[in-house]
Amino acid sequence: MRRSSNSSKKTAQSNSDLFRSASSKASSKESERIDSLFYSYANGSTRLIDPEGIETLCADIEVDHTDVRILMLAWKMRAEEQGYFTLDEWRRGMKELRADTVSKLKKALPDLEKEARRLSNFADFYSFAFKYCLTEEKQKSIDIESICQLLILVLGSTFPAQVNLFVEYLKSQNDYKVINMDQWLGFFRFCNEITFPTLSDYDAELAWPLILDNFVEWMKEKQK
Amino acid sequence: MERKAIDLEEGWGYMVKGISKLERILEGLPEAPFSSEEYMMLYTVIYNMCTQKPPNDYSQQLYEKYREVFVEYIKSMVLPPLREKHHVFMLKELIQRWSNHKVMVRWLSRFFHYLDRYFVMRRSLPALSEVGYICFRDLVFMEVQAKVQKTMISLINKEREGEQIDRSLVKNVIDIFVAIGMGGMNHYEQGFELKMLDNTADYYKSKAANWIEAEECLKRERDRVSHYLHSSTEQKLVKKVQHELLVTHANQLLDKENSGCHALLRDDKVEDLSRMFKLYHKIPRGLEPISNIFKKVGLFGHITAEGVALVKHAEEAASNKVLIRKFIELHDKYMAYVNDCYMNHTMFHKSLKEAFEVFCNKTVAGCSSAELLATFCDNILKKGGSEKLSDEAIDETLDKVVKLLAYISDKDLFAEFYRKKLARRLLFDRSANEDHEKSILTKLKQQCGGQFTSKMEGMVVDLTLARDKQTGFEKYLLDNQHVNPGIDLTVTVLTTGFWPSYKSSDLKLPPEMVKCVEVFKDFYETTASHRKISWIYSLGTCNINGNFEPKTIELIVSTYQAAALLLFNTTDRLSYSEIMTQLNLTNEDLVRILHSLSCAKYKILKKEPNTKTISPNDTFEFNFKFSDRMRRIKIPLPVVDERKKVIEDVDKDRRYAIDAAVVRIMKSRKVLGHQQLVVECVEQLSRMFKPDIKAIKKRIEDLISRDYLERDKDNQNTFRYLA
Repeated sequence: MRRSSNSSKKTAQSNSDLFRSASSKASSKESERIDSLFYSYANGSTRLIDPEGIETLCADIEVDHTDVRILMLAWKMRAEEQGYFTLDEWRRGMKELRADTVSKLKKALPDLEKEARRLSNFADFYSFAFKYCLTEEKQKSIDIESICQLLILVLGSTFPAQVNLFVEYLKSQNDYKVINMDQWLGFFRFCNEITFPTLSDYDAELAWPLILDNFVEWMKEKQK
Repeated sequence: MERKAIDLEEGWGYMVKGISKLERILEGLPEAPFSSEEYMMLYTVIYNMCTQKPPNDYSQQLYEKYREVFVEYIKSMVLPPLREKHHVFMLKELIQRWSNHKVMVRWLSRFFHYLDRYFVMRRSLPALSEVGYICFRDLVFMEVQAKVQKTMISLINKEREGEQIDRSLVKNVIDIFVAIGMGGMNHYEQGFELKMLDNTADYYKSKAANWIEAEECLKRERDRVSHYLHSSTEQKLVKKVQHELLVTHANQLLDKENSGCHALLRDDKVEDLSRMFKLYHKIPRGLEPISNIFKKVGLFGHITAEGVALVKHAEEAASNKVLIRKFIELHDKYMAYVNDCYMNHTMFHKSLKEAFEVFCNKTVAGCSSAELLATFCDNILKKGGSEKLSDEAIDETLDKVVKLLAYISDKDLFAEFYRKKLARRLLFDRSANEDHEKSILTKLKQQCGGQFTSKMEGMVVDLTLARDKQTGFEKYLLDNQHVNPGIDLTVTVLTTGFWPSYKSSDLKLPPEMVKCVEVFKDFYETTASHRKISWIYSLGTCNINGNFEPKTIELIVSTYQAAALLLFNTTDRLSYSEIMTQLNLTNEDLVRILHSLSCAKYKILKKEPNTKTISPNDTFEFNFKFSDRMRRIKIPLPVVDERKKVIEDVDKDRRYAIDAAVVRIMKSRKVLGHQQLVVECVEQLSRMFKPDIKAIKKRIEDLISRDYLERDKDNQNTFRYLA
């Protein structure tokens, strides 16, 4: 995971190099505006947009900071650390959104949401959402309480029935205190592949994460 | 000399006279036998007619006329009576005609012999005798064959029904079928045997009453072949009858109320079982298709039922004390069946194994049979165990225990319980006989492999080494009088890893004992450097003198109890919390110790208030008034129930074992489907335990999160090994 994020950084670097070599007046103007927008939110000493800066930004674009679109914005920037945007991440995101002002950013949001929810992108966004929540060094899993919030936020509108029941299950069980990436991805696959709520095509013989086997058992018990 | 040529008509006229005479003889009419002159004359006529120069060489014509003689004779003399007669009379006539025909062929072929020598040879024509038999076959036999066949089969069926038949008659007809083939079996097989076998199948289709009758039928059919059928028929006939009687109706036969497997097993009819088995055993591949029936109503079903009943009985009585003994008896009984009745056949060994696996893996009154088996061994091997047996009987019983172990899937659980109990036997000097200890380990090793027993063997060896070390220590004390602590100390040095894990508590030893420990440490360093000793006081025993007012009594106590008692050397009264601080023990341990000293049989300490349980507000006082009629008493400290810990330990070991198996498999296969990985994993681990599929799944997921494996990007059911 670490390796892959490094490499993505590298490509980002070379892209901007390319961009610079082919610079035109207009685009360098745009770059300047993007940078200055960044500094208007960044913390003076750390030169990062920190949680406080993000809250200000959210207020300016009139979106709640817990809104899924903020998570999508972070995905667009390929932000690494939760609650912080670096200058590189900001540039990457803003350029792709073609936004160099607050109002342009605000207008870009509906398209961003469409983009993230596009079938070809959603799986990537979904797994980004999990990684983005790993805040500690070597952290590999997320506690049940947070994972429930995240599920509702990310998947709640697409698979409401599945998400609601799974959240109910997660909160009622005692076997798992945390959820890891494999289980997180497994649930997404479950939502996409399994007929709900009959679960007729669910086969516990397959390599579904055990937590889903248990979830299915719990559901069948409940349906009785 | 020029000879006058004989023309055909003249010569044949002469031959006809001879032939007529032969026919009259065959018909039994009064006629003198052929003289050698007559015979010579007939031969010479043929010779002459065949050796004349063309156009007077009549070989061809004579050869044809030879045949015509048979045709004529058959048409006029043989067929009419055969057509008239029926059933047995027809058969008799046929036999008569056949035997006549043989005589006729013999004589005629002699008269015409010269044809055989040159004409037949040169033209590669059928020999004269052959021509004769072909005539009989084509003209007589082919006409009556169907009738003959029908009659023969009806005779055989009559005999099957118990009627007397003329066996030699049947046999003679069979001989004609064979002879007519002139060396081949074609006529016998196609003209008789095939139909007869089909009919046999039909006959027996409705006859299967019970297997004992089947056995009788088979015997009779074999007799039949030996008496009047061709020997080549035996195999085919027996196979047909076996199929109809034993295979097709196997279900009903083996399930019969009074004669089926179940009844025989129930009534211990060893001999009948054995006969029945042999009956089926003889059928080529016969045991395979019926193995399922045997499984249901035979050995498997029977043993399972008995075993499950034993378990149920134990469950109801909430006592599993005698269960293992009962299992052993059951095993003895059915092993004898397999050996004696079932000729040691692998199929029945398998049935036996599968049956035992069913009930040997049930939990009985809260105990797994792995634990029961370990306890059973302990009772045999410990001093004063409940099983009082001779050395031979013990060895034999141990053999059987080890055999039972083969049916238990949780072998690792057995090993862990066994080790716990072995440790107690060895450390507390409770093992009755070292030879038996070693003997069972050898047996276990043979059956389960060296890895299974390596720790246990290590424990036994440790104890021997510890005795040597102790001798060394005693010598060291003699040589170094100045360090002698003045207390006898015996130390058993054990190898970490061989022994079950014990919690090494932080008991604060009394100063006297601390000194002992220091002395031993110094000694140990002189014998083995770079080794660290950790002390497990919970396993220690102390002999101390209690100076009670009535008399001094030697008390045999655990090190914990001793440490608590020694506190009262300096003071008479101590509160619970004072004792706790001074000994540095947990509440759980302290309650156990104080209870054994103040609330149990021997009240060495007086407790305030005087109740049956220990509470943190109690105070304790040395009971000067204590006395007992013995000079030496053992104050037992109840053993903490180890079951939970054993099971936990085994669970932990299993997790490691599954991890290791999964990694091993994936390392060699690199990419593997989920189901196959699970199957291979179960297979690899089955020698030690039967892993739960969910547990394997959990371990796989854990290995994914630790980056040993990943899911294939395109197929979520496939894993890749990450090197």
